[in-house]
Amino acid sequence: MNLVESLERQLQANPNIPELHSGDTVKVHLHSVEGERKRVQVFQGTIIRVRGGGASAIFTVRRIASGGIGVERTFLLHSPRIKKIEVLRRSKVRRAQLYFLRDRRGKAARLKELRK
Amino acid sequence: MKGLLGRKAGMTQLFNDNGEAVPVTVIEVGPCYVVQVRTPEKDGYRAVQLGFGPAKAKHLTQGQQGHLGGAGVPLLRHLREIRIREDDTYEVGQLLKADVFAAGERVDVVGTSKGRGFTGVVKRYGFAGGPHTHGQSDRERAPGSIGACASPGRVWKGTRMPGHMGAKRVTSQNVEVVLVDVERNLLAVKGSVPGPNGGLVLVKESRKSRALKQIPGQKIARGGK
Repeated sequence: MNLVESLERQLQANPNIPELHSGDTVKVHLHSVEGERKRVQVFQGTIIRVRGGGASAIFTVRRIASGGIGVERTFLLHSPRIKKIEVLRRSKVRRAQLYFLRDRRGKAARLKELRK
Repeated sequence: MKGLLGRKAGMTQLFNDNGEAVPVTVIEVGPCYVVQVRTPEKDGYRAVQLGFGPAKAKHLTQGQQGHLGGAGVPLLRHLREIRIREDDTYEVGQLLKADVFAAGERVDVVGTSKGRGFTGVVKRYGFAGGPHTHGQSDRERAPGSIGACASPGRVWKGTRMPGHMGAKRVTSQNVEVVLVDVERNLLAVKGSVPGPNGGLVLVKESRKSRALKQIPGQKIARGGK
Protein backbone atom coordinates (compact mmCIF):
# COMPACT_ATOMS: atom_id res chain seq x y z
CA MET A 1 0.00 0.00 0.00
CA ASN A 2 1.49 3.27 -1.04
CA LEU A 3 -0.33 6.14 0.57
CA VAL A 4 1.08 8.78 -1.69
CA GLU A 5 -0.05 6.88 -4.76
CA SER A 6 -3.49 6.37 -3.33
CA LEU A 7 -3.77 10.08 -2.80
CA GLU A 8 -2.59 10.82 -6.30
CA ARG A 9 -5.06 8.38 -7.79
CA GLN A 10 -7.73 10.33 -6.04
CA LEU A 11 -7.00 13.26 -8.33
CA GLN A 12 -9.68 12.69 -10.84
CA ALA A 13 -8.20 12.18 -14.22
CA ASN A 14 -9.53 14.85 -16.54
CA PRO A 15 -11.60 12.97 -19.13
CA ASN A 16 -10.73 15.62 -21.72
CA ILE A 17 -7.02 14.78 -21.60
CA PRO A 18 -5.96 11.94 -23.90
CA GLU A 19 -2.67 10.08 -23.67
CA LEU A 20 0.11 12.37 -24.84
CA HIS A 21 3.40 11.57 -26.51
CA SER A 22 6.36 13.56 -27.73
CA GLY A 23 5.77 14.64 -31.29
CA ASP A 24 2.01 15.06 -30.97
CA THR A 25 0.57 18.24 -32.38
CA VAL A 26 -1.93 19.43 -29.83
CA LYS A 27 -4.34 22.20 -29.02
CA VAL A 28 -4.35 22.98 -25.30
CA HIS A 29 -7.47 24.76 -24.08
CA LEU A 30 -6.74 26.67 -20.90
CA HIS A 31 -8.99 28.44 -18.46
CA SER A 32 -7.51 31.85 -17.86
CA VAL A 33 -8.64 34.64 -15.60
CA GLU A 34 -8.03 38.22 -16.68
CA GLY A 35 -9.12 40.37 -13.81
CA GLU A 36 -12.83 39.73 -13.59
CA ARG A 37 -13.24 38.00 -16.91
CA LYS A 38 -12.78 34.31 -17.45
CA ARG A 39 -11.98 33.01 -20.85
CA VAL A 40 -10.50 30.01 -22.60
CA GLN A 41 -7.08 30.38 -24.15
CA VAL A 42 -5.75 28.04 -26.80
CA PHE A 43 -2.10 27.13 -27.25
CA GLN A 44 -1.31 25.01 -30.27
CA GLY A 45 2.00 23.34 -31.00
CA THR A 46 4.12 20.22 -30.86
CA ILE A 47 4.83 18.35 -27.66
CA ILE A 48 8.57 18.19 -27.24
CA ARG A 49 8.62 16.36 -23.94
CA VAL A 50 6.41 14.58 -21.43
CA ARG A 51 8.02 13.98 -18.09
CA GLY A 52 7.25 12.90 -14.58
CA GLY A 53 4.49 10.69 -13.29
CA GLY A 54 1.60 10.87 -10.91
CA ALA A 55 0.35 14.24 -9.82
CA SER A 56 3.51 16.06 -10.88
CA ALA A 57 3.60 15.03 -14.54
CA ILE A 58 4.29 17.87 -16.97
CA PHE A 59 4.53 18.32 -20.71
CA THR A 60 6.05 21.03 -22.88
CA VAL A 61 4.51 22.36 -26.06
CA ARG A 62 6.55 24.24 -28.66
CA ARG A 63 4.99 26.47 -31.23
CA ILE A 64 6.37 28.88 -33.76
CA ALA A 65 4.88 32.30 -33.12
CA SER A 66 4.66 35.12 -35.59
CA GLY A 67 8.04 36.20 -36.86
CA GLY A 68 9.36 32.66 -36.66
CA ILE A 69 10.07 32.89 -32.96
CA GLY A 70 9.81 29.64 -31.09
CA VAL A 71 7.65 29.75 -27.96
CA GLU A 72 7.64 26.91 -25.48
CA ARG A 73 5.16 26.49 -22.70
CA THR A 74 5.17 23.84 -20.00
CA PHE A 75 1.89 22.65 -18.49
CA LEU A 76 1.06 20.56 -15.47
CA LEU A 77 -0.73 17.54 -16.90
CA HIS A 78 -3.25 17.33 -14.06
CA SER A 79 -3.80 21.03 -13.65
CA PRO A 80 -7.45 21.96 -13.27
CA ARG A 81 -6.70 24.99 -15.45
CA ILE A 82 -6.53 22.76 -18.50
CA LYS A 83 -10.00 22.51 -19.95
CA LYS A 84 -9.19 20.01 -22.64
CA ILE A 85 -6.46 18.86 -24.98
CA GLU A 86 -7.04 17.92 -28.60
CA VAL A 87 -4.51 15.79 -30.42
CA LEU A 88 -4.44 16.94 -34.03
CA ARG A 89 -1.64 14.73 -35.33
CA ARG A 90 0.75 12.09 -34.08
CA SER A 91 4.25 11.96 -35.47
CA LYS A 92 6.83 9.28 -35.80
CA VAL A 93 9.62 10.18 -33.42
CA ARG A 94 12.55 8.16 -32.19
CA ARG A 95 13.31 9.99 -28.96
CA ALA A 96 11.47 11.14 -25.87
CA GLN A 97 12.76 14.70 -25.88
CA LEU A 98 12.62 16.55 -29.15
CA TYR A 99 15.05 19.30 -28.21
CA PHE A 100 16.65 19.06 -31.67
CA LEU A 101 13.63 20.95 -33.00
CA ARG A 102 14.94 24.07 -31.30
CA ASP A 103 17.87 24.22 -33.67
CA ARG A 104 15.78 23.73 -36.77
CA ARG A 105 13.45 26.07 -38.55
CA GLY A 106 11.03 25.94 -41.43
CA LYS A 107 10.96 22.76 -43.48
CA ALA A 108 13.72 21.13 -41.46
CA ALA A 109 11.57 21.21 -38.35
CA ARG A 110 8.91 18.94 -39.79
CA LEU A 111 8.08 15.55 -38.27
CA LYS A 112 6.81 12.52 -40.16
CA GLU A 113 3.25 11.56 -39.38
CA LEU A 114 2.76 8.27 -37.58
CA ARG A 115 0.95 5.59 -39.61
CA LYS A 116 -0.30 2.34 -38.24
CA MET B 1 -2.89 21.45 22.73
CA LYS B 2 -3.44 18.90 20.02
CA GLY B 3 -1.01 16.36 18.71
CA LEU B 4 -0.71 13.16 16.74
CA LEU B 5 2.03 10.70 15.99
CA GLY B 6 2.49 9.52 12.45
CA ARG B 7 4.71 8.25 9.73
CA LYS B 8 5.98 10.34 6.85
CA ALA B 9 4.64 8.69 3.70
CA GLY B 10 6.22 10.87 1.03
CA MET B 11 5.76 13.98 -1.04
CA THR B 12 3.50 14.85 -3.94
CA GLN B 13 1.58 17.85 -5.13
CA LEU B 14 -2.06 18.84 -4.96
CA PHE B 15 -3.99 21.59 -6.68
CA ASN B 16 -5.77 24.33 -4.76
CA ASP B 17 -8.94 26.13 -5.77
CA ASN B 18 -6.98 28.58 -7.91
CA GLY B 19 -5.52 25.74 -9.90
CA GLU B 20 -2.07 26.27 -8.40
CA ALA B 21 0.05 23.27 -7.56
CA VAL B 22 0.89 23.02 -3.87
CA PRO B 23 3.80 20.79 -2.81
CA VAL B 24 2.73 18.62 0.10
CA THR B 25 4.13 15.98 2.40
CA VAL B 26 1.72 13.17 3.12
CA ILE B 27 1.77 11.94 6.71
CA GLU B 28 0.02 8.80 7.85
CA VAL B 29 -1.21 9.97 11.25
CA GLY B 30 -2.67 7.84 13.93
CA PRO B 31 -4.84 6.32 14.96
CA CYS B 32 -3.19 7.30 18.23
CA TYR B 33 -4.19 6.21 21.69
CA VAL B 34 -3.87 8.21 24.88
CA VAL B 35 -1.73 5.91 26.98
CA GLN B 36 -1.22 8.08 30.03
CA VAL B 37 -2.27 11.48 31.33
CA ARG B 38 0.30 13.30 33.44
CA THR B 39 -1.10 15.61 36.09
CA PRO B 40 0.61 18.23 38.25
CA GLU B 41 -0.53 16.44 41.39
CA LYS B 42 1.04 13.14 40.48
CA ASP B 43 3.82 14.00 38.06
CA GLY B 44 4.49 17.67 38.60
CA TYR B 45 3.51 18.64 35.04
CA ARG B 46 0.63 18.37 32.61
CA ALA B 47 0.98 16.18 29.54
CA VAL B 48 -0.47 13.31 27.61
CA GLN B 49 1.41 10.28 26.42
CA LEU B 50 0.36 9.27 22.92
CA GLY B 51 0.97 5.85 21.45
CA PHE B 52 1.13 4.93 17.78
CA GLY B 53 1.83 1.97 15.53
CA PRO B 54 0.94 -1.66 16.05
CA ALA B 55 3.61 -3.79 17.67
CA LYS B 56 4.03 -7.48 18.32
CA ALA B 57 4.39 -8.68 21.87
CA LYS B 58 7.85 -10.06 21.16
CA HIS B 59 9.11 -6.59 20.34
CA LEU B 60 8.06 -5.08 23.65
CA THR B 61 9.38 -5.68 27.12
CA GLN B 62 7.09 -6.97 29.84
CA GLY B 63 7.21 -3.54 31.40
CA GLN B 64 6.01 -1.89 28.23
CA GLN B 65 3.29 -4.48 27.81
CA GLY B 66 2.12 -3.91 31.38
CA HIS B 67 2.10 -0.14 30.85
CA LEU B 68 -0.02 -0.44 27.69
CA GLY B 69 -2.24 -3.17 29.13
CA GLY B 70 -2.97 -1.08 32.17
CA ALA B 71 -4.15 1.73 29.93
CA GLY B 72 -6.40 -0.68 28.05
CA VAL B 73 -4.88 0.07 24.66
CA PRO B 74 -3.44 -2.31 22.04
CA LEU B 75 0.29 -2.96 21.87
CA LEU B 76 1.96 0.11 20.42
CA ARG B 77 5.41 0.66 19.09
CA HIS B 78 5.95 4.36 19.67
CA LEU B 79 5.17 6.50 22.70
CA ARG B 80 5.64 10.26 22.89
CA GLU B 81 4.47 12.92 25.29
CA ILE B 82 3.09 16.34 24.50
CA ARG B 83 2.43 19.10 26.98
CA ILE B 84 -1.21 20.10 27.32
CA ARG B 85 -3.07 23.11 28.66
CA GLU B 86 -5.12 23.23 31.81
CA ASP B 87 -8.45 23.12 30.02
CA ASP B 88 -7.55 20.22 27.73
CA THR B 89 -9.43 17.05 28.54
CA TYR B 90 -7.83 13.78 27.63
CA GLU B 91 -8.78 10.37 28.95
CA VAL B 92 -6.64 7.28 29.07
CA GLY B 93 -7.60 4.92 26.26
CA GLN B 94 -9.02 7.71 24.10
CA LEU B 95 -8.57 7.21 20.36
CA LEU B 96 -7.30 10.17 18.30
CA LYS B 97 -7.68 10.33 14.56
CA ALA B 98 -6.62 12.71 11.81
CA ASP B 99 -9.70 14.87 12.38
CA VAL B 100 -8.14 16.55 15.41
CA PHE B 101 -6.65 18.83 12.77
CA ALA B 102 -8.52 20.74 10.11
CA ALA B 103 -7.41 21.94 6.69
CA GLY B 104 -6.01 25.47 6.86
CA GLU B 105 -4.68 25.05 10.38
CA ARG B 106 -1.01 25.63 11.23
CA VAL B 107 1.02 22.87 12.83
CA ASP B 108 4.58 22.07 13.87
CA VAL B 109 6.02 18.80 12.61
CA VAL B 110 8.80 17.20 14.64
CA GLY B 111 10.95 14.51 13.10
CA THR B 112 14.44 13.08 13.06
CA SER B 113 16.44 14.46 10.16
CA LYS B 114 18.19 12.14 7.73
CA GLY B 115 21.59 11.11 9.04
CA ARG B 116 24.48 12.34 6.93
CA GLY B 117 27.26 10.66 8.92
CA PHE B 118 30.61 12.37 9.40
CA THR B 119 30.58 15.22 6.91
CA GLY B 120 33.02 17.87 5.87
CA VAL B 121 32.58 21.55 6.25
CA VAL B 122 31.37 22.17 2.70
CA LYS B 123 28.29 19.99 3.12
CA ARG B 124 27.78 20.69 6.82
CA TYR B 125 28.12 24.48 6.91
CA GLY B 126 28.07 25.47 3.26
CA PHE B 127 31.71 26.58 3.18
CA ALA B 128 32.95 27.40 -0.29
CA GLY B 129 36.05 25.22 -0.15
CA GLY B 130 39.31 26.32 -1.65
CA PRO B 131 40.38 27.20 -5.19
CA HIS B 132 40.39 24.41 -7.74
CA THR B 133 43.11 25.79 -9.95
CA HIS B 134 46.21 27.99 -9.81
CA GLY B 135 48.49 25.23 -8.59
CA GLN B 136 46.31 24.11 -5.70
CA SER B 137 46.37 20.59 -4.39
CA ASP B 138 44.18 19.04 -1.68
CA ARG B 139 42.32 22.34 -1.19
CA GLU B 140 38.99 21.75 -2.93
CA ARG B 141 36.89 21.04 0.13
CA ALA B 142 39.22 22.35 2.82
CA PRO B 143 37.87 24.58 5.61
CA GLY B 144 40.61 27.22 5.36
CA SER B 145 41.84 29.03 8.45
CA ILE B 146 40.44 27.99 11.82
CA GLY B 147 41.84 30.91 13.76
CA ALA B 148 44.68 33.35 14.42
CA CYS B 149 48.25 32.61 15.55
CA ALA B 150 49.84 33.13 18.97
CA SER B 151 46.92 35.17 20.19
CA PRO B 152 44.75 33.35 21.27
CA GLY B 153 47.08 30.43 20.61
CA ARG B 154 44.20 27.97 20.41
CA VAL B 155 41.08 27.30 18.41
CA TRP B 156 37.93 28.99 19.67
CA LYS B 157 35.18 26.79 20.99
CA GLY B 158 32.31 26.43 18.56
CA THR B 159 34.49 26.85 15.48
CA ARG B 160 32.71 25.18 12.59
CA MET B 161 34.59 22.04 11.64
CA PRO B 162 33.81 18.63 10.15
CA GLY B 163 31.69 16.29 12.22
CA HIS B 164 28.49 14.38 12.47
CA MET B 165 25.50 15.86 10.67
CA GLY B 166 21.81 14.99 10.65
CA ALA B 167 19.91 12.28 12.57
CA LYS B 168 18.81 14.98 14.96
CA ARG B 169 15.46 16.16 16.20
CA VAL B 170 14.23 18.88 13.83
CA THR B 171 10.96 20.81 13.91
CA SER B 172 9.29 22.32 10.86
CA GLN B 173 7.38 25.21 12.34
CA ASN B 174 4.13 26.82 11.29
CA VAL B 175 3.33 24.41 8.49
CA GLU B 176 -0.08 24.65 6.85
CA VAL B 177 -2.39 21.64 6.82
CA VAL B 178 -3.70 21.27 3.28
CA LEU B 179 -5.78 18.14 3.47
CA VAL B 180 -7.23 15.86 6.13
CA ASP B 181 -8.50 12.38 5.29
CA VAL B 182 -9.95 10.68 8.34
CA GLU B 183 -10.84 7.46 6.56
CA ARG B 184 -7.31 6.74 5.47
CA ASN B 185 -5.71 8.57 8.42
CA LEU B 186 -3.87 10.94 6.14
CA LEU B 187 -2.69 14.45 6.66
CA ALA B 188 -1.11 16.50 3.90
CA VAL B 189 0.98 19.46 5.00
CA LYS B 190 2.45 22.11 2.76
CA GLY B 191 6.14 21.80 2.06
CA SER B 192 8.70 19.41 3.43
CA VAL B 193 9.03 17.68 6.76
CA PRO B 194 12.19 16.38 8.46
CA GLY B 195 13.24 12.77 8.11
CA PRO B 196 13.09 9.96 5.59
CA ASN B 197 9.90 8.47 4.18
CA GLY B 198 8.59 6.04 6.76
CA GLY B 199 10.14 8.03 9.60
CA LEU B 200 8.22 8.75 12.79
CA VAL B 201 6.91 12.31 13.06
CA LEU B 202 4.99 14.17 15.71
CA VAL B 203 2.42 16.67 14.46
CA LYS B 204 1.24 19.22 16.97
CA GLU B 205 -0.43 22.57 17.15
CA SER B 206 1.88 25.30 15.93
CA ARG B 207 3.45 27.27 18.74
CA LYS B 208 3.81 30.33 16.55
CA SER B 209 0.16 30.63 15.63
CA ARG B 210 -1.17 29.32 18.91
CA ALA B 211 -2.96 31.74 21.21
CA LEU B 212 -0.51 33.41 23.55
CA LYS B 213 -1.64 31.15 26.35
CA GLN B 214 1.71 29.43 26.65
CA ILE B 215 2.06 26.42 28.82
CA PRO B 216 3.71 27.46 32.08
CA GLY B 217 7.22 26.21 32.58
CA GLN B 218 7.81 25.39 28.95
CA LYS B 219 10.51 27.21 27.07
CA ILE B 220 9.91 28.74 23.69
CA ALA B 221 11.84 26.92 21.02
CA ARG B 222 14.50 29.05 19.42
CA GLY B 223 15.90 28.72 15.91
CA GLY B 224 19.06 26.81 15.07
CA LYS B 225 19.72 23.36 13.83
